[in-house]
Amino acid sequence: MAIETVHDVEFGAELAPFAPDTSLASTGAFADAVGWGGGGRFKDHAAARAEGLPGALVPGIMAMGFLSSMIHRWSGSAHIETIDTVFRAPLLADEACTLSAVVTDIDTDTGLVEIDLSVKNAAQENRVFGTARVRLPTG
Amino acid sequence: MVDIEELKERFLNLEFDRKDFVLEPDKVAAVARLSGEPRAEFTDPTHPEFQASPAFVASLSAGRHLPIDFPRIGGIPMDGGKAVTCLRPVPAGVPLTGRTHLHEIYDKSGRSGRMIFLVSRMELFDADGNHLATNDARMVIKERSSDGN
Repeated sequence: MAIETVHDVEFGAELAPFAPDTSLASTGAFADAVGWGGGGRFKDHAAARAEGLPGALVPGIMAMGFLSSMIHRWSGSAHIETIDTVFRAPLLADEACTLSAVVTDIDTDTGLVEIDLSVKNAAQENRVFGTARVRLPTG
Repeated sequence: MVDIEELKERFLNLEFDRKDFVLEPDKVAAVARLSGEPRAEFTDPTHPEFQASPAFVASLSAGRHLPIDFPRIGGIPMDGGKAVTCLRPVPAGVPLTGRTHLHEIYDKSGRSGRMIFLVSRMELFDADGNHLATNDARMVIKERSSDGN
């Protein structure tokens, strides 16, 4: 069902996930776009390992981007007022990750909806978690 | 051991950095596309409401991480997370200014010692002084123990 107003939102609803592109080409391009592409940590597995990392990483803010996109895919009328993400442990480039988001609070008077967020790695370990406060039309 | 209350008194809410930005439309759009963003106002620079996504706002950083006279309390700060509050659209191609202060200082103790958490808050303004967005960067520093470890 399309989510157009706050009245379409159900408590406990899970937002439909999508499979984000965590390929090295994508993480490297993201790092370049935000000005972090100088080192190899997001673009080159060998260079990242030389820094003591397990491999090239997905930038933490790219995970925030995946979660924001998931919210925008869920509702074309949702405005993200706040998104807060905790980077608990790194996500590796070239490794699939799983996004999840669950509605945890709804205020039908103001249109505000709270959503719990997480990103798990291929081993289903929680790597990024957070919350978003989203405003939807009230009528 | 660092006195958290003293750090708060000395450093909280005092602007320690001001930095000007002009966001490049192609880079703003690339970040949104690579994040899987479906909406044209974030991915298409020709869209009349084109604006930076929250993740792009989160990438904007101050000229320095901490106030110049902030004491050394441990190792290099680790990136503990980011939060973005979107008040108005953040446009590309126009002058913006980020003003940064320490917003929170707190600690947590665990088996491996005490960790100090610092939240550096950048408030982003346009040339008319409108507050567009707030970008919180959470830094975590493991406090050095008395034996230097």
